[in-house]
Amino acid sequence: MKHVKTLNTAMLKNTVGGCGECQTSVANQSCEN
Amino acid sequence: MIHKFSMNGVNIVMDVFSGAVHVVDEVMYDIVDKFEECGEEQIIADFSSKYSEEQLKEAISEIKELVKEEMLFTKDEYENVFANIEARNPVVKALCLHIAHDCNLKCIYCFAEEGEYHGHRSLMSTEVGKAAIDFIIKNSGSRHNLEVDFFGGEPLMNFGVVKDIVEYGREQEKLHNKNFRFTITTNGILLNDEIQDYINKNMQNVVVSLDGRKEVNDRMRPRAGGQGSYDEIVPKFQKLADSRNQTDYYIRGTFTRNNLDFMQDVLHMADLGFKQISVEPVVGTEDNQYAIREEDLPTIFAEYEKLAAEIYNRHKEGGEKDFNFFHFNVDLTGGPCVAKRLSGCGAGTEYLAVTPEGELYPCHQFVGLEEFKMGTVFEGVKTPELRSKFSNCNVYAKEECKKCWARFYCSGGCAANAHQLGGDILNPYEIGCELQRKRIECAIMIKAKAFEEAE
Repeated sequence: MKHVKTLNTAMLKNTVGGCGECQTSVANQSCEN
Repeated sequence: MIHKFSMNGVNIVMDVFSGAVHVVDEVMYDIVDKFEECGEEQIIADFSSKYSEEQLKEAISEIKELVKEEMLFTKDEYENVFANIEARNPVVKALCLHIAHDCNLKCIYCFAEEGEYHGHRSLMSTEVGKAAIDFIIKNSGSRHNLEVDFFGGEPLMNFGVVKDIVEYGREQEKLHNKNFRFTITTNGILLNDEIQDYINKNMQNVVVSLDGRKEVNDRMRPRAGGQGSYDEIVPKFQKLADSRNQTDYYIRGTFTRNNLDFMQDVLHMADLGFKQISVEPVVGTEDNQYAIREEDLPTIFAEYEKLAAEIYNRHKEGGEKDFNFFHFNVDLTGGPCVAKRLSGCGAGTEYLAVTPEGELYPCHQFVGLEEFKMGTVFEGVKTPELRSKFSNCNVYAKEECKKCWARFYCSGGCAANAHQLGGDILNPYEIGCELQRKRIECAIMIKAKAFEEAE
């Protein structure tokens, strides 16, 4: 594309998640699972 | 919903419900938020004096393509996700142990009121500490990873009990197939080589407290006699940070209305050699002289933007001057799941605080507020209605959050701040929201500018 460069693809819908094993906190948290 | 902003020479468009982040040129930046409300012809007519028809048609075509690929103007499909989260059996996976309700500093802004939390001085016993370990194991269901944070007051004032609890936790985790992550927060006054060695062997994270420049720190973090703490703690913290190879710690400060030039405090800590730095706004009511007021926001926003630009430059150059700033981190590729983003810290449900006497509260900032007492580590949680209120305290339960572009990066803010300053855990603290949004913009700018320059 000429006018847009996309940093990341749609990341949210792929996670619909919830195992709860991640560390208590959100923006910088990564999921190890 | 989209959010667009321009910072440090980068135009950024965020698609809220997909999580996609786009770097765009001037044409796209100008027209993108007109796309849904105006027709194609209207956009071309409105911007024809600034851009050619060809440029505008190209940009509109790219918007349509992104919409088709579900990376722009994506619809909200997550409101019902939370119903499934609420339906889960509540488990506890993290405890904040108030090892000591006592402190050897008298910080002016401390929410714990000299470590006593609206009560009296007291130290947790080994018996209460062990009961807390038993409580979390019993109430953690199938969760494997459990967390115990040693907090205060000042936990080093009761360090023998810290060691007893760690030893007991390590014994019990083997028996119950659990994995404890121990962490500790200290003001450093009692830190010595022996304690440093113990912390390095047993604590997966350590937070040490320093507000920055000597005059800033000593004004807000005096000892009981009024003398400052800077000269005593800085060499100890430098030694501790180096002994941990400059990882798995944060040196954390608070900025107030007295130092709205807090970038100087951040850079001072970097100059001292620290690589993991957090400097955060004080939270307090406006009857306190040091409290942040709405009129301070433009100054703070400018300071955050200046700091973000400086950090970007240091990241780019690499080397000795580079450092990590807690609030400017963002994971745009492997971040947490939607369930986590909606439910946030889990205070009052998955995360509880334990007083020296073994009482349970929703988190460390609620301790001492009688109406929030939830039970004890001996009897368990006895206030299911309070737990349910916190369980329902998610992004979609808050009217302000439903309108906010930052909801998936912020998770609805801090319940304790909402209660203290908004009067209800469902009523977010507006100044905190404004600052959080600015920090998220700064974090994304740092990523976007690096991406743009690498292209």
